[in-house]
Amino acid sequence: MELDVSILSRIQFAFTVSFHIIFPSITIGLATLIAIWEGLWLKTGNPQYLQLAKFWIKPFAITFGMGVVSGIVLSYEFGTNFSKFSEIAGAVLGPLMAYEVLTAFFLEAGFLGVMLFGWQRVSAKMHFFATVTVAIGTWISAFWIIAANSWMQTPQGHQIVDGKFEVVSWFDVIFNPSMPYRFTHMLLAAFITATFVVMATHAWYLRKGQHQDFGRKGLSMMLWFALVLTPLQAWVGDLHGLNVKEHQPVKLAAMEGIWAEKESNVPLLLFAVPDMKAEENHYEVAIPGLASLILTHDWQGELEGLKSVPAEDRPNVPMVFFSFRIMVGIGMLMIGVALLGAYLRWRGTLYQSNWFLWPVSFMAPTGVIAVLAGWYVVEIGRQPWIIYGLVRTSEIVSPLPAERVLFSLTLFVLTYSLLFGVYLYFMRKLIKKGPAPIEQLEQQRIGVKASGYALSFTKTLATDADATSTKGAN
Amino acid sequence: MELELSLGLFYLLLLGFAILMYVLLDGFDLGIGILYPWFNTDAEHDHLMRSIAHVWDGNETWLVFGGVILFGAFPAAYASIASTFYLPIMLMLIGLIFRGVAFEYRFKSDTSKRYWNMAFAVGSSLAAFCQGLMLGTLVQGVPADFINQSSFNWLSPFSLFCGLAVMAGYALLACCYLVMKSRGELQQKAARYGQRLLLIVMLSMLLVSLWTVWIEPEIRARWFGGWHALWLIPLPLLSVLAARLLFRDLGRVNRSHKAETAVHERHEERPFWLASGLFLLAFIGLLVSVFPYLLPRQLTYMEAAAPDSSLIFMLPGIFIFVPLICAYTLWGYKIFAGKVEDYQEGY
Repeated sequence: MELDVSILSRIQFAFTVSFHIIFPSITIGLATLIAIWEGLWLKTGNPQYLQLAKFWIKPFAITFGMGVVSGIVLSYEFGTNFSKFSEIAGAVLGPLMAYEVLTAFFLEAGFLGVMLFGWQRVSAKMHFFATVTVAIGTWISAFWIIAANSWMQTPQGHQIVDGKFEVVSWFDVIFNPSMPYRFTHMLLAAFITATFVVMATHAWYLRKGQHQDFGRKGLSMMLWFALVLTPLQAWVGDLHGLNVKEHQPVKLAAMEGIWAEKESNVPLLLFAVPDMKAEENHYEVAIPGLASLILTHDWQGELEGLKSVPAEDRPNVPMVFFSFRIMVGIGMLMIGVALLGAYLRWRGTLYQSNWFLWPVSFMAPTGVIAVLAGWYVVEIGRQPWIIYGLVRTSEIVSPLPAERVLFSLTLFVLTYSLLFGVYLYFMRKLIKKGPAPIEQLEQQRIGVKASGYALSFTKTLATDADATSTKGAN
Repeated sequence: MELELSLGLFYLLLLGFAILMYVLLDGFDLGIGILYPWFNTDAEHDHLMRSIAHVWDGNETWLVFGGVILFGAFPAAYASIASTFYLPIMLMLIGLIFRGVAFEYRFKSDTSKRYWNMAFAVGSSLAAFCQGLMLGTLVQGVPADFINQSSFNWLSPFSLFCGLAVMAGYALLACCYLVMKSRGELQQKAARYGQRLLLIVMLSMLLVSLWTVWIEPEIRARWFGGWHALWLIPLPLLSVLAARLLFRDLGRVNRSHKAETAVHERHEERPFWLASGLFLLAFIGLLVSVFPYLLPRQLTYMEAAAPDSSLIFMLPGIFIFVPLICAYTLWGYKIFAGKVEDYQEGY
């Protein structure tokens, strides 16, 4: 079989970026949660919040580390695998990424050291400041990278000179039509992802009968967050969909499985198997008129279908169609969990309802899966364009020897598979170990910031910690 | 050659600054990984890891910064350099991945510790070697008919030698950093290794200099044409002076330990700055050789520069944030100033 460098480069990028997105979608939310807990601890003095912050900072640290190392790869892959793209679009995307590094990456890295290792070296307030800075850094980072991505979806504010993009208005480039929706949707998705990772863990403790107070506090908070965030996300998602309809109608047609050039009274497909050759769907299960109602607010509303453009301008319909359903399905499930949790809380049986806690404790990966599915809708739905309507993905791949890309792809698959296993192993290990007892945390706080304190105190702590960790292991 | 004051030149200097910061900061950080196999006990390894656990992430960010400045300010150079060096870049990234995750996982492991030790040492060495390899190729220049991304230009005796030389240089920086951050036997070991590495580094620098002057007529003309040599003579002279002082300081640390007397604080901190100075001088020498090329004898910074709209847009960000970054990075280092203590600290 002839190896195609274009396909290999695209598979490699898809694989490495998919792997990367797992980690920031957890850390953005987790950093925010840790900042909230630390803030609440400072405000109320309730040590339970300190316990939450100190426990979750460990999974945060390993997740953040994975995000950093897998992220560096991406910042070089544009050039290594998509050299022509870098050359023609570098003047637009490069400065946006430069701002991401300047305003976010350094900020996160600079304060992460203090957040992770500085507990004994700075005051509690200073530490809180460092945590908040790291959290804000993650949001800023999301802002820039989503601005860059959204420009590729809905490009504006540029002109093309000698085949290369030049910026006319940076405001238009950054705040392009899809950017505000995608940014809000992604940030909410990240908060929800972390919420469900934490919720699942605390439900697991309760179900196992371990760390009861800790488990309850976390579960309760996360259910409140989910109750607010998940319906909000459905609403924002709907707005985002309307934006796609306006600017990328072909993507929307693939998401909804609409083939006819124009169709009114469009049904909402709960299930179908889109067939790109026959240009129709098989096995449709549909609610008549509902898609029109959602997208045009009129049962008879008209939508553009896939046949409005030639076949070579259409994305891979089944992948977009199914990814979209996975994302929405998980979203609905999350709303259901949040509502059911609220009902059980009102009944006063939340912490005893094992039939509820049991499935919730398996929901840790749901947020990540929904984020991945959502990004597949965004990115595969944009195809065959890399810059929507302007540049085709097939035109901009580096003319590298295919074996080289195959070699690096193999390396990445091996490395990432191994590391993902390792990541899950250590996450499990940290969660099984559970939180440090409150008494130990309170004792740690005495005399912090006094000169020589870090040295003398932590030495005794080291022996204490050894004692407790051996106890914990039993 | 005329030096025109332009935005392009500003970005070239900024790129130089980013690379220098990266080489100095991640240099000692990768260097610790390169030295790792020369330290044996678990306690020593713990100590090495702890000395950099809080800064490695920030240090590596300079690499990303260099990459995006190249991307944003010189897109054509980013595109051609990155795809030319496809394999060395990929291998460097894999190396950085393994050494990066080793920090978190090693401290949390019981049974798998030795694998993380290996990941850290091999990953750091591989990343440093690939960087040296690319540097060597850049100095050497790529042939004029070059556009062919399938060639193995980056694989030559000279570039391989540069790969090893950069490893030695990073390890030297790491020794000096350890002299500053540790005490006792470990400090003495670092000083002793540092002296040997310094000799290797100086010899490599001499060899690389002669080699480039020998094989590249353009570089020869740059250094020895007209009165150039007179202007440039301070570079090698200062390098020799810095090396001499560094060797003496490291020797003093080593001798103090032998005589079991206290090490003078000045002698603990100065080596790192002297080694950094040595790197700075070597870097200036490199700039003299390759200016104004980004991809030597292929692509100058003027040809590769992005349109003014992009260059101007980044200016406010650079003028506001680069000083800020330097300030809080320094603050971070101050918070963790002093010797690394051998107890578990932090979260």
